[in-house]
Amino acid sequence: MRAHEPELRRLMIAGQAGDAAAYRTLLDHLSRHLRGYCKSKLINYGRSSADAEDLVQDVIIAIHTRRHTYSPDQLFTPWVHAIARYKLIDHLRRRNTGFADIPLDGMTSEMEAHDDRNAVESSYDLQRLLAALPAKMQLAIRHVKIEGLSIAETAERCDMSESAVKVNIHRGLKKLADMISREVKS
Amino acid sequence: MKTDELITVLSTNVEPIDRRQLSREVVAAVILGIVVAIGSALALPGMRMDIGAPNALTYFCAKIIFATVIVIAGTAYLLRLARPGVVSPTRSVPLPWPPVAVAAIATVSLVSAPLWHWHNMAMGHGWLECLVSIPIIAVVPFAAVVWAVRRMAPTDLARTGALAGFVAGGISAAGYALHCTDDSIPFIALWYGGAIVMCTLAGALLGPRLLRW
Repeated sequence: MRAHEPELRRLMIAGQAGDAAAYRTLLDHLSRHLRGYCKSKLINYGRSSADAEDLVQDVIIAIHTRRHTYSPDQLFTPWVHAIARYKLIDHLRRRNTGFADIPLDGMTSEMEAHDDRNAVESSYDLQRLLAALPAKMQLAIRHVKIEGLSIAETAERCDMSESAVKVNIHRGLKKLADMISREVKS
Repeated sequence: MKTDELITVLSTNVEPIDRRQLSREVVAAVILGIVVAIGSALALPGMRMDIGAPNALTYFCAKIIFATVIVIAGTAYLLRLARPGVVSPTRSVPLPWPPVAVAAIATVSLVSAPLWHWHNMAMGHGWLECLVSIPIIAVVPFAAVVWAVRRMAPTDLARTGALAGFVAGGISAAGYALHCTDDSIPFIALWYGGAIVMCTLAGALLGPRLLRW
């Protein structure tokens, strides 16, 4: 990941400024690195790599909700690494179920780089999580975050003010993130 | 949920962030803490009445400077510590300097004083009151600082908690100085220092519970 530092940093700073395309490229890139990182760490600690994708998504959500803590005058790679490591340790503590499910064979194939991101799923169900949100938050998130409508269009369709749409998205995403981390805990 | 879907949700129409939000929140928490500390010091034990007495103002200022240095240095370090990947866990920071400086001045003033003054200088009238009041006054400032730090992303929770306790102890010491009539450097070093160490230890113990995110 070090080799990409200048590029990732540039994407992060653009993403912080609201450049969605740069931000998407960044998260895509990070998810690929994180997948390898999480799988190999979980295996190293004698855990099943089956919930690696939950951990990857947990880290990505953490990166997103804490993206204001990255300052452009610091290195980006250590910032990501510190968050990933924190979430990994948190995950290991929460699922402190011993060493029962160490995969004995097939270890090497698990360690290889994975780039099949369309095939990988976590155990979280986005539709179910979304359905648990209040109606306005659901609408705002579906329109703006999934269908990609602009804030103004969504405001018109849902008969809300633009700032109400923004607030609903902000609160809704926060709730989603909380629900996901609660699912990790249980 | 596919990771790809999650990335779509997070990145579509992503909102720009406010770069100064962090330092603004931490500074607001510290200021709130100072206001509450001054308020509770004045309301509970009350303002010292002898502020016009010779030397009283000098020592009052010494206590305030001591507390201010702790609060400023602690806050600056806290702002670094609560950003992931900034402070490497192994690198030490010159935070112990203010206490060491005060301890050195205290030693010098003890050595230069006659032996029979030592007990008065070190114990004063209210060492126990000082040791109890500062941690109590520090509770609300600590809560305020913890609230602000929770909105950041600390990864070393014990250390961050310790530092939050250190800052809260400094804030509280400034408040308590309004009341305290024990005017000697050894007293400040021992009991103000001791109380702040207690706050720091309490913060280190509470950090992993309170700061988890």
